[in-house]
Amino acid sequence: MGILNFLIAFAVMASIYAIFSMGLNVHWGYTGMLNFGVAGFFALGAYTTALVTSKMPSGALTAYIKQAFGLNAPFLVGVLMAAIVCGIVAVLIGMLTLRLSEGYLAISTIGIAETIRLFFNNEPWLANGPQGLIGLPQPLRGLISPAYYSYLYLVIVLIFLGIIYLALEKGIRSPWGRVLRAIREDEVMSAADGKNVFAFKLQSLALGAMIMGIGGALYTHYSAAIQPSVFEPLFGTFIIWAMLMLGGTGNNKGAILGAFVVWALWSWSTFLIIKVVPPFFQTRAPFIRYVLIGFLLVFIMVKRPKGIIGEERQVSKF
Amino acid sequence: MELIVYGIILGSIIAMGSVGLTLIWGITDLFNCAHGDQMTVGAYIALLFAVMFSRIGIFQGNFGPFSFSWGVLISFIPAIAFSVGLAVLIDRWVYRPLRVSGAHSMAGFIASIGVAWGLRGLIYIIWGADFIFYSQGLRNALFLPMGIKLRTDEIFIVIVALGSVAAVYLFLKNTKTGKALRALADNPGLARVSGINTERMMVWVWGIAGALIAVAGILYGIETQLRPEMGWIFLLPLFAAVILGGQGSITGALAGGLVLGIAQQVSTAFLTPTYKPAVAFIIMILVLLFRPKGIFGRRKA
Repeated sequence: MGILNFLIAFAVMASIYAIFSMGLNVHWGYTGMLNFGVAGFFALGAYTTALVTSKMPSGALTAYIKQAFGLNAPFLVGVLMAAIVCGIVAVLIGMLTLRLSEGYLAISTIGIAETIRLFFNNEPWLANGPQGLIGLPQPLRGLISPAYYSYLYLVIVLIFLGIIYLALEKGIRSPWGRVLRAIREDEVMSAADGKNVFAFKLQSLALGAMIMGIGGALYTHYSAAIQPSVFEPLFGTFIIWAMLMLGGTGNNKGAILGAFVVWALWSWSTFLIIKVVPPFFQTRAPFIRYVLIGFLLVFIMVKRPKGIIGEERQVSKF
Repeated sequence: MELIVYGIILGSIIAMGSVGLTLIWGITDLFNCAHGDQMTVGAYIALLFAVMFSRIGIFQGNFGPFSFSWGVLISFIPAIAFSVGLAVLIDRWVYRPLRVSGAHSMAGFIASIGVAWGLRGLIYIIWGADFIFYSQGLRNALFLPMGIKLRTDEIFIVIVALGSVAAVYLFLKNTKTGKALRALADNPGLARVSGINTERMMVWVWGIAGALIAVAGILYGIETQLRPEMGWIFLLPLFAAVILGGQGSITGALAGGLVLGIAQQVSTAFLTPTYKPAVAFIIMILVLLFRPKGIFGRRKA
């Protein structure tokens, strides 16, 4: 039983990461935009849905929890709002940064993600600062006994994962997706073919960011608690890069596979560390995973730049 | 006024780091995201030796009027050596295979992030996550006119930082190797045709950057304290300074570093100090938007 619960919890998180990984795949895999700010969209999506779906604190809680607003809206509205807010912010960011060359874009996105995290951390009126928000609502909570709630949530996440996967597969085989890949291969050439490169990149950035926003929202309603430290660069951005690079850049199946493999390494190594490592080393052992993720990224880049699956040849279907 | 002086101190450390970064970027076209963490490594290696000296009980007297011991000063040498070796080895094992295979220009960027996490993870494992100081106890202060309070250490920091940047500048300007390096940055193809050994030059670039970054790390450790994420926090200001200065420009990086340092410190007058990295980032975005070649940018259209 314990094992099964563990596996279900693992599958929920891995599926949420698979959604992020597919969002990043839109940016990097299909359009060739380096987004090192996944954590920023993760945070925006998570906080948006938290504020939209929770109630304003009342009674004794007002002393401990400050938030700008709480609309008490249903789950789906929260997810939708998360996607919309991320899309809008992505468009704003894109207008500023998309004319920059790849490397600059990457550095800018690191900065944007850090700025977003610092903002949530330092502005307690907005969403309770470093303590974050807890006790957030979970969809269909009353339907099933709390012990089995993650089973139900897994179904919810898988539905989202499936819809996003199918939509992306359809989109990437469409003429629109073809232009994105053309931009990735040769921006100047696509511009010469009369494509508005900037507009396509902006759309791609917004689409990927909306997917990441949905991922962030799903994370919030699963964990029911968020604080700014969740959105630090490793957990929020680079682990997702490792997933996409490992699974296969430019391939949605690879993005999902990579998410499951890397999350398995991550969560099972936690498990191993608790069981195996001597107590005096317990506080430091978790950082072995930093090294693991780091070496994994280097190894993939040097030895297997295409990842496990790699991009498949895509023929447009009409 | 006081904040501007503190800004110059912080800025001279940023400048040291960004000179190495701008050299690597100018010559290899690589944004080295591991730069900050290499800085952390340098600082911790110096700590390792300083602690070792104090265990053995040698070099214990304070160095001049400064708050750190002779041991810390001598630890600069092994730290620099280690950092240079590390930088050269990383280049050989990670970036050279990528160069040789002609990988996507951004592959090195992504790999350098992997290197950064690897290094930081090792530091966490070996030294733990706590703050560590090189020396305990009081620090001597100087009182300058206009109510500026300065620690003697800080004068040492500024002198060492500016001195090393000047040394690198003179090296590039006057020696044969320096000229070859500049040629390589200007036009890699032409440099190779003229018989410059590119791979040997790479060793030089990474070596210089490694040495500078180790010293920057130790100086920052003397100024504040050591912690594993100090380098990562420094990365955004470093990049901002480099971009401000223009790709591959040493004087630009120096000026950019000073500007960034001052801007970050002055911002604390009206913002929470935790926003410092965000200030660096906003400056960077503004520069990218209005002067994409950097304020001191040169060459290359």
